[in-house]
Amino acid sequence: MSLFTRSLLQMARHGVAQPTRRTIPTLFARYLSESTRAAIDKAVASSPVVLFMKGTPEFPQCGFSRASIQVLGLQGVDPKKFTAFNVLEDDELRQGIKEYSSWPTIPQLYVNKEFVGGCDILMSMHSSGELADLFEKADVLAPADETAKEPAQPTDG
Amino acid sequence: MFRRLLSTMATSLTPMEDAIRTKVTQALNPRTLEIHNDSHRHAHHQAMQGVTSKETHFRLMIVSDEFAGKGLRARHQIIYNLLKDEMAQEGGIHALQMTTRTPAEQEKHQEKQQQTDA
Repeated sequence: MSLFTRSLLQMARHGVAQPTRRTIPTLFARYLSESTRAAIDKAVASSPVVLFMKGTPEFPQCGFSRASIQVLGLQGVDPKKFTAFNVLEDDELRQGIKEYSSWPTIPQLYVNKEFVGGCDILMSMHSSGELADLFEKADVLAPADETAKEPAQPTDG
Repeated sequence: MFRRLLSTMATSLTPMEDAIRTKVTQALNPRTLEIHNDSHRHAHHQAMQGVTSKETHFRLMIVSDEFAGKGLRARHQIIYNLLKDEMAQEGGIHALQMTTRTPAEQEKHQEKQQQTDA
């Protein structure tokens, strides 16, 4: 059941082929290199629910990241559908994600590749019920309990 | 008297707070603008090591008509854009907590609070 983190670059460098060095338009490169953008694209798509945070779900290194993890837990997000990336492990990611989402602070939550917001927005959507709706629609909640596992319906993957 | 005049002319002790007040007021013409400096509560954090500024963490409460028709994400983005420079600079603003409401939303919120208080 434990939530887990992966290193972004470790993951990205495996998949992203980097054969010959292409010339990157300088204007673009100044903000976000193509390889960083590709790596973040991949990270954002790695799970239905993705949180970029400081520290790990077990050991958050920042109160806002901790609060965000707690909200995801309270909402009952399925750990199998969740990935957390620790930006403190990777400076390229830490800077890159801010430009990627035009959002200057961490944590940042993505659901189905769409940027949802930071800690305040999560809290606010949590108390208004919007977050529950969003997760319900995105089908990322853990089965309620044993009854949900009963073999009533066939599984197709 | 001259000395007092000099001291008021000296550079502000709260440049970040001043910048927030000026920029938010200009751009959003807020009905309410509360600026709370929570920096002391985060001073011991690892990210704040070596940072001497006493203005790193702020909590803002803004009520403005400009928020009407905009989602939370767009509202926060407006504030972040206004304070881009202050957030980008070394030892600048590290975190902003924001409550952003339209006057109508604020009224509703206050009614609700009164109900729970009663």
